[in-house]
Amino acid sequence: MKFGVLQFPGSCDERDAVDACARVGEAELLWHRDPDLKGVDAVVVPGGFSYGDYLRAGAIARFSPAMESVIAFADAGGPVLGICNGFQVLCEAGLLPGALLRNVSLRFHCEQIGVEVVNADTAWTRAASPGERLSIPTKHGEGRFYAPNLDELEANGQVVFRYAPGENPNGSERDVAGVCNLQRNVVGLMPHPEHAVDTLTGSTDGLKLFASAVAAIATH
Amino acid sequence: MRARVLIRPKEGILDPQGEAVVRALPALGFNGVSNVHVGRLVELDVEDESQLEAMCQKLLANPLVEDYEIQTVSS
Repeated sequence: MKFGVLQFPGSCDERDAVDACARVGEAELLWHRDPDLKGVDAVVVPGGFSYGDYLRAGAIARFSPAMESVIAFADAGGPVLGICNGFQVLCEAGLLPGALLRNVSLRFHCEQIGVEVVNADTAWTRAASPGERLSIPTKHGEGRFYAPNLDELEANGQVVFRYAPGENPNGSERDVAGVCNLQRNVVGLMPHPEHAVDTLTGSTDGLKLFASAVAAIATH
Repeated sequence: MRARVLIRPKEGILDPQGEAVVRALPALGFNGVSNVHVGRLVELDVEDESQLEAMCQKLLANPLVEDYEIQTVSS
């Protein structure tokens, strides 16, 4: 089981993502200019400020050669996880519904918060239980999820994560923290599971997402 | 051809930047201001203005959350 972690100019969490993946499988970095995904079994689009967040967060990264390959990989059912800026990239690419807007507070925030698993039947949550609360850091300035068809997403089981009551850092409607596509192989979330994989930093709850992908590949 | 694209948050989508401006102006003595929206301005020289619409749809704006208005400027 090999994970590929995409790296753009301006990515800053790709090393932690590789470290997190390497705790449950093999992992290597994929450079944004290279369309070759090196035969990986799952792709992580990490956090950071790809292309300086110019124009809109994720808007330019979406057109990189590697992303074109990731779109084909996802369309073929391959597991893809977008974290924070990676979530923004996947929304811009049309792999996930919705968009991420400026935090209501207009402030960048950074804190450890509670994140509830709403749907444990996706490629990236099957090692968790529905309703389980994970302790994961979040850090972003543009994380307010917006979708005009939120009722439809809820009905389809596409809301995968919610902030625990009272802990929503960005003002997203119904505390949505992460969503998936209809096929449930592509998941995006604002919190950072790759920063919660070692007791040294307070929580290992984030490992469940990466272990889920290993299980998803094993049963595929 | 010089073109100008005005991009603004869609009606009905919470615009915290606009609201922050509404709150800040009275502190400077400017009263009676409401309904402020903060957007983006993109100015560009294009050889084929018929491509502007597609540029907005694909990159310059996110049509899900933003409206855009294309103006051509005589050079």
